[in-house]
Amino acid sequence: MSTDFSRRGLLLGTAAAAATLAAPAVHAQGAVVLRYCGTAVNQHSGIKDKVKEDLGITLEYMPVTSDDVVRRAVTQPNSFDILDAEYWMLKKIIPSGNLVGMDANRITMFGDITPVFTKGEIAGRKIGDQGTAPRKVSYLPGREARTFSATPTQWLTLIPTVYNADTLGIRPDKINRPIDSWAELLNPEFKGKASILNIPSIGIMDAAMAIEASGRHKYADKGNMTRAEIDITMRVMTEAKRAGQFRAFWKDFNESVNLMASGETVIQSMWSPAVTKVRSMGVPCIYQPLKEGYRAWAGGFGLPKTLTGRKLEATYDFINWFLSGWAGAFLNRQGYYSAVLSTAQAHMEAYEWDFWMRGMPAAQDIKAPDGTVLEKAGAVRDGGSYEARMGAVACWNAVMDENDYMVRKWNEFIAA
Amino acid sequence: MPLALVLALFFVLPLLATAVVSLWDYTEYSLVPDVTARNYREMFEGCASFTLCTTFRTYLSTLKLCLLVWMFTLTIGFTVAYFLAFMVRTETMRTVLFLLCTAPFLTSNVIRMISWIPLLGREGVANRALKSLGIVSQPVEWLLFSEFSVVLAFVHLYTLFVTVPVFNSLMRIDRRLLEAARDAGATGWQTLWHVVVPLAKPGIVIGSIFVIVLVMGDFVTIGVMGGQQIASVGKVIQVQMSYLQFPAAAAQAMVLLALVLGMIVALTKLVDIRREL
Repeated sequence: MSTDFSRRGLLLGTAAAAATLAAPAVHAQGAVVLRYCGTAVNQHSGIKDKVKEDLGITLEYMPVTSDDVVRRAVTQPNSFDILDAEYWMLKKIIPSGNLVGMDANRITMFGDITPVFTKGEIAGRKIGDQGTAPRKVSYLPGREARTFSATPTQWLTLIPTVYNADTLGIRPDKINRPIDSWAELLNPEFKGKASILNIPSIGIMDAAMAIEASGRHKYADKGNMTRAEIDITMRVMTEAKRAGQFRAFWKDFNESVNLMASGETVIQSMWSPAVTKVRSMGVPCIYQPLKEGYRAWAGGFGLPKTLTGRKLEATYDFINWFLSGWAGAFLNRQGYYSAVLSTAQAHMEAYEWDFWMRGMPAAQDIKAPDGTVLEKAGAVRDGGSYEARMGAVACWNAVMDENDYMVRKWNEFIAA
Repeated sequence: MPLALVLALFFVLPLLATAVVSLWDYTEYSLVPDVTARNYREMFEGCASFTLCTTFRTYLSTLKLCLLVWMFTLTIGFTVAYFLAFMVRTETMRTVLFLLCTAPFLTSNVIRMISWIPLLGREGVANRALKSLGIVSQPVEWLLFSEFSVVLAFVHLYTLFVTVPVFNSLMRIDRRLLEAARDAGATGWQTLWHVVVPLAKPGIVIGSIFVIVLVMGDFVTIGVMGGQQIASVGKVIQVQMSYLQFPAAAAQAMVLLALVLGMIVALTKLVDIRREL
C-alpha cells in the first residue's frame, strides 16, 4: 500500500516535471502534436497532411503491430496521446484502467454513427453478434470504469474509425469451380494449397467458420469457445495439418500476398487490401463471399487516461474531424468502411460511392487515393454492397475468456 | 571492475529478472507478482504420459533442426576453412577469398533468407528447371516450407560463423607438424584426423557454440522458411510475449537457457577453450 502510494507520487512528480518542461515549447509553437499509436491501417500521410492543413494539429504516427497496440496500451499508457485500437483489444485494455471513457456529448456526429456499432444492426436487421461485437464493448458505466456497460451510456470506449468484413481469398484461375462455403478451406481437394493466418485469436475463428460449415461442430459462440470447443477445433485442425492440408501459415499482409500471387496457395484467409494488391499484380484473385457469412473487425480511437488540457481538446477536435467526411471517403476508397456514412458520401464522387458502397458496376476506372487504378470500369466489388457485406457478418474478431488456454492449444497445433 | 559492473547491469540483472518473472502469475492484462509453479506446470502438462507433449515435441523439433544445421555448417565450414588455410598458396589470394566469403554478410540476413523463396517455390526457379529438364512432371513441394528449406537457409546463414573460428585455428597450426606427419608415413586422411582436427578443436567448438545458440533461439528463419508450420522454442516464446503472457515466456526462456547452457558445458568439456586460446 505504502510503496504503491509513493510510487504513484513519484510518477505524478515526474509527470508534473515533464509537463513544466514541455509546456513552454507547446505555447511557443502554438501547435499541438498528437502521438498516434496504432496499426498502420489508418496511418496514411494523406490523412496526416490534411489534419495539419485543416486543424493545425501535427500527427506523429507510431505504427506498431496489433499485438503491440495492446502491449503499449497496457504497459506504457504515457507513450501515446491517441490510441487506434480494435474493439477486441478492449477486453484486455479496459480492465487495466489505462483508457478513459470518451464523452459522447463532445462527439458532434455521434448520432450519425452507423447502427452497426451503436445497435448491432444494419437497415433495421440484426447482424451477427458472436465474438467481441463492438456493441458489447462500446460503452462504460462511468468515465473511469474498468468494466463494460451492456446498455448505451454517455461514456464511449472507442469512437469507430474503420471496419470491414473478412472472408477467404481464392485463385479462380486455379480452382475453376464456384466456391461458396468456408468448408472448402478444409477440403482435401486443396491439399497443400490452403493457408490460414498464424495469429491465434483470428486464426482460430477462421478455423471455427470452416469446421462449423463442414458440419463437424456447431459453436454457441465462435468468438468465445469453451475449453471443450477449443479442443475440438484444434483436433480437427491438427488432423488437417498432419494430412498436409496447409502449404504455410501467414502472419502479415505481405506474406499473404506473396503466398497467393506466387501460386503457393489457392485458397486462404485474407484481408481485403491484400486481395486488391494481388489483383493489381495482374494475378486473378477473388475475395469470395461465402454462405456462412463474414468474420468482421472494427477499430476506433481511444483516449489514454493521461490526456489533459490542450491535448485533450485537440484529440476531440481530431476525432470530430475524422468523422466529418474527408477521412471517411479516404478509407472507403481503399475498400474499408467508415463510421459515418453520410459525410463520407458527400466527399466521394457518385460513381465511387456506387462501386464501393452500393455494389454497382464501376462507371469508370476506380482509383486508390494515391491515383493507382484498382479496378477497371465495369468491375463489381466482390461481395456487393455495404448492406450485403456487413449484413452477412457472422462473427467478430474476439478475445475469448479462455484466451490463455487457446494460445497454449494453438502452440500445440503449430508444434503438431 | 567496470566490466563486472557492466556485466552485472546488462547481463546478470536481466537474467535474474527473467528468472523471477518466470515464477509470477499473470492475467489477460497484468503481471501478478507471486511465487507459483504455474508456468512450469503448464509447460510440462501431459509430459508424464507416453504420447509426446507439446513442449517435448517442440524441443525435439528444434533440436533436430539444430543437429542437422550443426552437421552441415561444420562440414562445409571446415572444408572451406581448410581450403583457405592449406590449399591457397599466396597470402593475397587468401585475403581476397576470405573477403569473398564474408561479402554476402554485407546484406541483411532477412533478405538472404527471403531470397530463397522465389527460388524454391511451387512455381519457382528450381521447380521450373526440374520440369523443363523432364526430371519431374509435378512441381516438387518439399523444396519450400519444409524442414529442408529451413536447414538450407540456416546453413546458408551460419556457415561463416564456423568458417572464421576454424580458419583462425588452422592458421595457427605449425606447418612443420604436417610435414612431420607425412615424413612419419601418415596418409592425407590420417594427418587430417590425427593432427589437423585435434588442433582445430577450439575453432570447431567456438563455431559450434555460435551455431547452436543461434539456431536454438531462432524463430524468424524457422517461421518464414517453414511456412510457420514447424515448431520452435523461440516461436513459442514469441507467441506468448505477444499475448502478454510474459511469465510463461520467461519460464520457457529459463528452460531453453538451461538446455543451451548444458550443451555448451558439454562442448567445453570436450576441449578447454581457455587453455587452447
